[in-house]
This record gives sequence, C-alpha cells and structure tokens, in this order.
Amino acid sequence: MGMEGIGARVTRKEDKRFITGAGRYVDDMVVPGMKHAVFVRSPHAHAQIKKIDVKQAQAMPGVVAVLTGKELKADGIGNLICGWMIHSKDGSPMKMGAWSPLAFDRVRYVGDAVAIVIADTKGEARDAAEAVEVTYKELKAVVDAVKALEKGAPQLHPEAEGNLIFDWEIGDAKATDAAIKAAHHVTRMKIVNNRLVPNAMEPRAALGYYDKGEDHYTCWTTSQNPHVARLVMSAFYNVAPENKLRVIAPDVGGGFGSKIFIYPEEVVCLWASKKAGVPVKWVADRTESFLTDAHGRDHHSTVEMAFDKNNRITGLKVDTVANLGAYMSLFSSSVPTYLYATLLSGQYNIPAIHANVRTVYTNTAPVDAYRGAGRPEATYLLERTIETAARELGVSPAELRRTNFITQFPHQTPVIMCYDAGDYATSLDAAMKAADYAGFAKRRDKAKKAGKLRGIGMSCYIEACGIAPSAAVGSLGAGVGLWESAEVRVNAVGTIEVLTGSHSHGQGHETTFAQLVAGRFGVPIDSISIVHGDTDKVQMGMGTYGSRSGAVGMSAIVKALDKVEAKAKKIAAHLLEADEGDIVIENGALKVAGTDKNVPWFQMALAAYTAHNLPSGMEAGLKETAFYDPTNFTFPAGCYICELEVDPETGLTEIIQFVAADDFGNIINPMIVEGQVHGGIAQGVGQAMLEGAYYDASGQLLTASYMDYTMPRAGDLPSFKVSTSNTPCPSNPLGIKGCGEAGAIGSPPAVINALTDALGVADFTMPATPSRVWAAVQKH
Amino acid sequence: MYSVNYHRANSVADAVKLLKTGDAKLVSGGMTLIPAMKTRLAAPSDLVDISRITALKGIKVSGKAVTIGAATTHYEVSTDAKLQKACPALAELASMIGDPAVRHRGTIGGSIANNDPAADYPAAMVALGATIVTNKREIAADKFFKGLFETVLKDGEIVTAVTFNAPAKAAYQKFRNPASRYAIVGVFVAKGKDDVRVAVTGAGDNGVFRAKTIEAALAKSFDPAALAGVKISADSLMSDIHASADYRAHLISVMAKRAVAAANG
Repeated sequence: MGMEGIGARVTRKEDKRFITGAGRYVDDMVVPGMKHAVFVRSPHAHAQIKKIDVKQAQAMPGVVAVLTGKELKADGIGNLICGWMIHSKDGSPMKMGAWSPLAFDRVRYVGDAVAIVIADTKGEARDAAEAVEVTYKELKAVVDAVKALEKGAPQLHPEAEGNLIFDWEIGDAKATDAAIKAAHHVTRMKIVNNRLVPNAMEPRAALGYYDKGEDHYTCWTTSQNPHVARLVMSAFYNVAPENKLRVIAPDVGGGFGSKIFIYPEEVVCLWASKKAGVPVKWVADRTESFLTDAHGRDHHSTVEMAFDKNNRITGLKVDTVANLGAYMSLFSSSVPTYLYATLLSGQYNIPAIHANVRTVYTNTAPVDAYRGAGRPEATYLLERTIETAARELGVSPAELRRTNFITQFPHQTPVIMCYDAGDYATSLDAAMKAADYAGFAKRRDKAKKAGKLRGIGMSCYIEACGIAPSAAVGSLGAGVGLWESAEVRVNAVGTIEVLTGSHSHGQGHETTFAQLVAGRFGVPIDSISIVHGDTDKVQMGMGTYGSRSGAVGMSAIVKALDKVEAKAKKIAAHLLEADEGDIVIENGALKVAGTDKNVPWFQMALAAYTAHNLPSGMEAGLKETAFYDPTNFTFPAGCYICELEVDPETGLTEIIQFVAADDFGNIINPMIVEGQVHGGIAQGVGQAMLEGAYYDASGQLLTASYMDYTMPRAGDLPSFKVSTSNTPCPSNPLGIKGCGEAGAIGSPPAVINALTDALGVADFTMPATPSRVWAAVQKH
Repeated sequence: MYSVNYHRANSVADAVKLLKTGDAKLVSGGMTLIPAMKTRLAAPSDLVDISRITALKGIKVSGKAVTIGAATTHYEVSTDAKLQKACPALAELASMIGDPAVRHRGTIGGSIANNDPAADYPAAMVALGATIVTNKREIAADKFFKGLFETVLKDGEIVTAVTFNAPAKAAYQKFRNPASRYAIVGVFVAKGKDDVRVAVTGAGDNGVFRAKTIEAALAKSFDPAALAGVKISADSLMSDIHASADYRAHLISVMAKRAVAAANG
C-alpha cells in the first residue's frame, strides 16, 4: 500500500473535468448535419390508436421527417424484450407482451412513444410534434398491481391473461407452513414498498448516426453498459449487426440502474438516422424522465415470521405482488425474483422460507432495477418484520437479531444463496456504540419534555453483490453471462492503459482502477489511464450495476495484471541475467531480490517494444487480456441505526442521527466508499421520508416534476456517522464485496423502525411525509 | 418555449402602450411566467419587461407608512434596513421565498399580481391591510385577491407599489410543501392599533383568505393560548397528495399560534 495504492484516499481524477464543467455528455456531442428529435407521446394511460396523421407536421418549418411505428415495423425493427426468463410455478414461461419501440396500435401508459419528429432545431421539432394528430380511443386504465389482478380489470396485453406475467415461487412451502403452524409466536404484516423515480442528474439521451459510406451506425447513449446495449440492439432489435454498430457511453451523469436498460428512444434514433438520412439527437427533458425512465420498487407484500419459544425464527412466508408497469423492461423479471426473494434470509438463520411472487402489468411506466434492485425490498420487508416481532415479543430489537444471527460460514440459506463470510455482531455492536444506543432512553425523555416524540430504529441488512456467476444466473434464466473483461496495455515508455468493460457514471473508476495498478507496479497514478464506455475501443464487457465493478470488474483487471507481471518479470530476468523467480517489483522497478540489480519499469516496457533483446521465442509487446467470471455473489452486510424526532403538532420529522456500520470486504479508496454510502443513505432516506411516485386512477402521473416529487436535499439529512469493519470476501482476488447499493438497501427500514418507535404504531407506509405522520399521530 | 417578442419598458406609460401589442403579457422577475412558457403552458406573443423601470423600484419608510415599489425584489425587501426595523415580519417573509436565485429575480408586484394560491406575499398584504397601488387606482388588499391566480386587475392595469402602515406586532409562519417548498399553510398575523388581522395562504381552495375566527380570538387576547379552543373548518380548503384539507385546517391553527408567539417575541 502506498500513497496512491489500495487503501489510499486518493482524490478523484475525474472530478477535475466534472467540477470545471469540462465533462462530455451525450448532449455535448455534435456530428456534422445533426438534427434534433422530439417524441410524440401518449397523453392517455390506455388507448387504441385509431389514426396518426403526420401531414401537417411534415410541412412545418425545419422538419426533416416524421416517422411512426408502422414504418419502423415495416423496416423489421424488433420489439423490446426482457432478457431474463422466469417460469411460473406451473412451469409455463413468463407472459411477455409486445413492446414496439413506437406504439402503432395501442398505447399503455402516459408517455408511451408513438412517433418521432426530426427537425433542424429542437424548438421546431417540438412545434411539429404538437401538430402530429393522433386519434385515440380511450380505454379504461389500471395503475395498481393488486387491482390489476382482480376480475374485470382492464387488460393490457393479450399475451398475459389477467395481467399476470408470472406466478413464481421459491423455497419450501410445506416446511414453512408447518413451521408457522407449530410456532410459539407469529408476526404478521402487510408491507408496501413505494414506487420511486430514479432521477439521475443527467436525463437520458441518444444520438444516432448512420454512415452511408461505411454502412455503419454509431450510437452515443446514456448507458451503464454500452456493450450490452450493442448486443441487444443487434441481436434482438435488428438495428444492425454488431460489427456495424458502435455504441459509446461517454460521461454519464448518474444511472442508479435506470440506464442499464435499452429504451425505445436509442433504437428509434438509430433507425431514424438511416431512414431520414441525418444524424438524430434526442435528449429527454425532466418531465419525459419522470414519465418514461424505468421506475423502481412498487411491491405489495404480506409476511408471516414464525418464532419458537426461545425467540428463534423457525419460518418465513412471503407473498408479493410486484408492479412491472406497462411493458417488461430489460431485467424487470429478475428484480422481484432472484434479486429479491433470494435475500429473504437476511442475516438470520431461518430453517424454512417460502416466497410467492406475482408480477403484474399496469398502465404505468415500466418498473425495473433501481439502486439495490430487489434487495431493498427484501431488506425492508424482513427488517420491518423482525423489529415489529421484537416489540410484540417484548425483547430488544438488537437481542432478537443477535439471537438469530448466522455465525458459521459458509452458510447455505433455504433460498439459493450461500453466504461466504461475515460478522454481523461486530457491525451491530459498532453501530450501537456509535449511536449511543444505551443513552437513547434519556434522550427520548428529554425530547418528550420539549413536546417531541423521539424514536430509534435499526436495520441489519445483507445484500448480494458482485453480480454474478454466469453459469448460475444462466441456470436461473438470465439471457447473458455476468463476467467482466479487462485489457491492460503497457505502452513502450511504461505508461499504462486499462480497458475495462465496467462503466463509470459516478463511481470513480478512473481513480480506483488506477490505484489498483499504481499499487501493483509502483508507477505514478497519473501514468495510468482507464478507458471505458466505447465498444470500438474496449473488448466486450458487461457494464456497471449490482455493485459489481469492484468485485468483478477489478478482479478481471487483477487477472490481466497477473499476466502482465509474469511477462514483465520474464523480460526483466532476461535483461538482468537473473532467475525469473527472483524478480520482485518495487517502487517502479523490477529488481533481483536481495541485490541492487534492477531495471526500471519503463526500461522493461521499452525492451518489450524494441524487441531487440527478448527471451528466445517471446512475442514483442506487453498487453494482456482477461475475462473474470465470479464463483459466487459477494455479501456486503451491516447495521444501520436511525434516531429521529417527530413534532406531533405538524408531523414534521427530523433525523437526529444516522449511523452506518458496514462490512464491504477490502476497500480500495475509503473516501469513495464513504461517498457511496452517503449517497445511498440519501436515496434510502428519500424513499423512507420524501419520495413517492403517484398515479391517479386514470393513469396520469401526479408527481411528474420537482414541484410534486420530493428529492432529498442536504437540509433533510444529518451528518452521517459511517464506519466499516471488514471481513474480506474469500471468492475474489481482492477480497472486495462492493458498496454501491448498501446505503439505499439498509436505510429505509432503519428510518421507519425509528418512526414507528416514536409514534408507537406497528404499521407505517412510506414515505413519512409530514401529512402522513400527522395522520398517524391522530389515529394513535 | 414558443418564440416570443421581448420589449423592455422604460416607464409605466411605455409599458401600457407596449401591452397593446398582440397577446402581450407583463414580465417582472418572471419566476412563474418563464417556467410556464418553457413548458408551453403559457404562450404570450410578446413580453413587456417592467423590472427595470426605476419608478417601480425601492422601499420608502416614513414613520409608520411603508411603500414598496412593485419591481422591488424579494432580496431587496428581505435586506432593507428601514423595513427590517419598521416591519421585520415582512422582511423575514421575503427571506423565506424560494431560493437565492428566485429572491434576486422575483418581485413583490409580480408575486401579488400572479396571486399563486401558495405564494407568501398575498397573506402579508391581506393581514397588513395593505393598499395595492396601480397606474389607475388604489385597491385594498382585501378586495384585490379574487381567486386562484386571479386578481381584480384589468387589462392595461399595472401594479406600481404596495403601501401599508407598519403594525405594532406581526409575524409569518410557513409550513412548506416538502417538494416545492411553497406554503402548504402560511399564516401572517398582524396586530394593528385597534385590530388583529390574520391571513392564510397555501390552504384555501380560492386562494388567500382571512381567518376570522382566529382574528376574533386574538382580538380578545393576543396570545397563543387564546387559540386553544379555536377550530378551523376544513371546508373550502385544498386537498392534494401533499396535504389533506383536515391537515391544512389543523396546520392553520398551529401556524397561527406559532406566529403569535413569534410576534410577541
């Protein structure tokens, strides 16, 4: 470990361009002859398209083309797909309805795209979009997933009878039912996980450019995984073969999952670019983002948690209805199944678990992965239930958890996952100490004297990151493998380029990945560049989501570095006339151990490229590629504690303190890890106290701007107390577990457990806005 | 935004003349109109900018009499030393509007002419018994605000100033919408020489209104305790995803109590 190696608080290399406004985002890209696109979108949640008249729009000033779904279909562009096959418990495959990138016969949510208008300027395109006449026949809409399952509910897709996409189960129903029957105590709850809008700072955007001379397409797009975008657009949407399609995801201003998926707009911009003969750029405005970015969460669940007389959990039964919106987005089916129900054992030794999950079409925006993706839903359900159980059983929430903690590793849960390492009690102790949990009663009494209701709540979360072993996810229905790739190029003067399939959209890879290399070879961090986000530059890779860039992406780099090191040592041994096994790398030089004989790193690199004096038979150059496929998920875990105070007169709730004690395995850059935790908690507190996407009964989004959708602000949050106590992950070379999602996963139940403690109520539906808190105070 | 012609008026007379062009609208700070135009919800053919007319700017305090020019920004109102002394409640109210960017652009005349049902100034004007001065007449605040985004202003009529006598005691308490930070309920309490006036913004389904039951209770005793038994009816209060009518009714008494406590210092 050096000043710039693993474990160092290196300031982020990329921040210079971000904070000086020199970042390059899709909207900064300009191609000669480029035109601007606006999408005509459905104002109705559910309607038949009777007629689309584009004549008037086509005649408007500046208009280049107005194109509709019929033309798209005629050109053979495919429907959008969900890439993870889930089978219902009766063995039937999930019922995926058709999703045309431009709707031509029916619209199914407000914002569904029906036409693209391309003009010289965005203003002209907007004017012409208003002149496109679409005749709709309105149909009844349904926005609530539970109601959509009822008899007589409006039907969205002929493929999915009763709006049911699949009815899936995991675990042992019989054993779980038996455990509940034999239980000493059963805690039963109804849990709602509120719908959220991701709200990345940079809205989605796409620039499609068809080069007629080369018969080649380029797509600049706001993607977390440009290679996956290319693969899907090529293999399923018939945009172009992979060798004729370059996808570039330049600087991307936040994703939180919402930029994993391939949306209609990038497909349509690429197709339209050839059709209209001009490069086509589209940038979402904020209202479009609210309406059409894939939303997150939206679960309705019931849960039963059974205990024996020693307060040990004997069984957990869960029934969940998950709203997937109007169409199945790219990974929508995996979120409420394998990313959710497989985490229902939490940090606890639970002998029997059964979960049933029904996914449902509604006339709302598609729902897919959002920071945490399934794991926040599992954690919220479990941690709300165990806290409630502790209150019902009259034992301390900490002790009930401690009684049930898994302490032996590896631990096979009844729901697929095999936890490899962890120390849950250490995190719990650290969090309770940092929060002065023992002193809470005094603080509560003091607050009471001031007319305030104070509460404290905790959450002991676990998540599965480092997504994911390819064969395992393949056997569970994934359409892709989830390995990662890396290429390490040592240049002739010793500078290094790392080409990674991971994609940085806020994570700081340009710094952490460079730290790994700097530490390994003792070369300055500025001599290392991280290249990502361009399918023409970088070998196939799977992108960034599921806290995988450290555990999987960096492991691939380690594999490539191993190969580079081996060859570098061979060259050095040859130059120094030493044995290869005696060469060590220290401070930027390759040395013969125990002597002062050495060859500087750059000289070794030069030798590799001049090739004047290489070992016999060795190829020139120094460049190695590796693909790393994880052997297991990683299991970050921790304990979060929230203390808050309610003003019963107004319902206004203030977080007094928020403590996070995490186990992330080994850490590359503590500053970046803290940043991830801070951001994650802000989003989790947002979900718990501020954010909620609401549709009215007709399917209009009521929270389609910041006037009505509450994003967390600095003033809503306290200064966090964060710490880590780390057990290295045994399954990857760096011992990394991942930290990108923990904050968003662990924090909502801690907040609501604190709130229900303050209010003395069992149930509370997020978000804890003043009006809802006040209503709860009135009822109590 | 649709294309629009921009005119800068040099005087009120100039503005009146320019207002006759097409479907012209006045713009001062533009804090409501410009966002509405950007989302194409408003589409005037012409904008007449009155924010730089010198005669419309500035704050005068003479004894108890306060006059604030219509084009005076919220920032200027919040930081004016004379006003802070004469009527600190109004200066403080101005400091609570929007964010620094809004406070440096938005103007008092623009706010009251727009009459957003959740805006802060209408409550102050009504509670202070202010007079709204236009290029044609003087209108009592009680009569000026008509309904949601509606005032008694006629075509070609421009707010030039507001005047009022500084009250003996006053305070404004605002409970914010968590998303927009506009008032869900804002209560301005003013104790004059012989009366108490209490105006409520953010809550009424027809905009700002006077809370007469609260006024009556406070006229007897200007003390938060006087409001203990006062119930506010939820009838004709707004109900939306952020706050039910019942919640707003409850908050009106809470904010009124807190305002009285603040006014009493």
